[in-house]
Amino acid sequence: MKITVNGTPRDSTAATLDALLVELGYGGAKVATAVNESFVPAAIRPEQRLNEGDRIEIVAPRQGG
Amino acid sequence: MSRHGKGADMPVFYETEVSSRLMLGTAQYPSPAILAEAFKRSGAGIATVSVRREAGGERAGQAFWDMIADLGVHVLPNTAGCHSVREAVTTAQMARELFDTNWIKLEVIGHADTLQPDPFGLVEAARILTDDGFQVFPYCTEDLVLCERLVEAGCRVLMPWGAPIGTGLGLNNIYGLRSLRAHFPDLPLVIDAGLGLPSQAAHAMELGYDAVLLNTAVAKAGDPAAMAEGFARALEAGRLAYEADPMEPRDMAAPSTPVFGRAFT
Repeated sequence: MKITVNGTPRDSTAATLDALLVELGYGGAKVATAVNESFVPAAIRPEQRLNEGDRIEIVAPRQGG
Repeated sequence: MSRHGKGADMPVFYETEVSSRLMLGTAQYPSPAILAEAFKRSGAGIATVSVRREAGGERAGQAFWDMIADLGVHVLPNTAGCHSVREAVTTAQMARELFDTNWIKLEVIGHADTLQPDPFGLVEAARILTDDGFQVFPYCTEDLVLCERLVEAGCRVLMPWGAPIGTGLGLNNIYGLRSLRAHFPDLPLVIDAGLGLPSQAAHAMELGYDAVLLNTAVAKAGDPAAMAEGFARALEAGRLAYEADPMEPRDMAAPSTPVFGRAFT
């Protein structure tokens, strides 16, 4: 399944957003997520099914002005 | 917010009183230690932060968060760089989860060169986020109509720019900022962006503004911690002057030394 993660196209077999985070090494990381520009709360990630072409954003706290 | 209130009165944002009139950004410092020193010497009460993409295994977000938590200040996440309502709303929702706060500095950028706000998108995003339980700090211009719309959308603080972000040009529209203060006498007003020198922050205080939000002016100074303290002192001086009810300027000279009793008369 082809998806886009943080702007980079990639292949994944992860069925859910939660599984994708584990597959990509985010397990336990302080991150927030969105799928196709919609926020997905952490509690919902195990139920968030991924589909061909999904655009996933994974962000973390950073410096800001 | 009384003009003649006690000097100890501090701004209240959405029922939260802060300990300083300085809100300080956390970007562009030479090192985390210098960032921490700038907060310590200035006594800034609010730190602005953002969210950005993180790679798997990077864990930079946790390290940054731990450092900010150690500062012991209120955290104000932003939606910097968002050019659409959708981006800003989703970014705000992600920030709320990461930083565990309903506060959001709402930026909807409308122009790439000036980074000036998109007033139409800003009002729409402010309404959506307020309805979603956020307490919105809108980065706006001094336009009275825009500011009225933002208040109607639920904003209980306004953050007009002094000048475009990162320019250090100071207060570009004194008349407009004075009008805004007069139009919203009881609403917390914060100069957000464009300041370069403490004297400009003092001027903002003399106009009756409640706080300023800085980043580049401090972080890009040769000695950021010293500059942060300089801003803090200027804010105190400017606020004292405002509360002291300054004299009215006049065109003609008026002798300050008594005329009566002068020799040779």
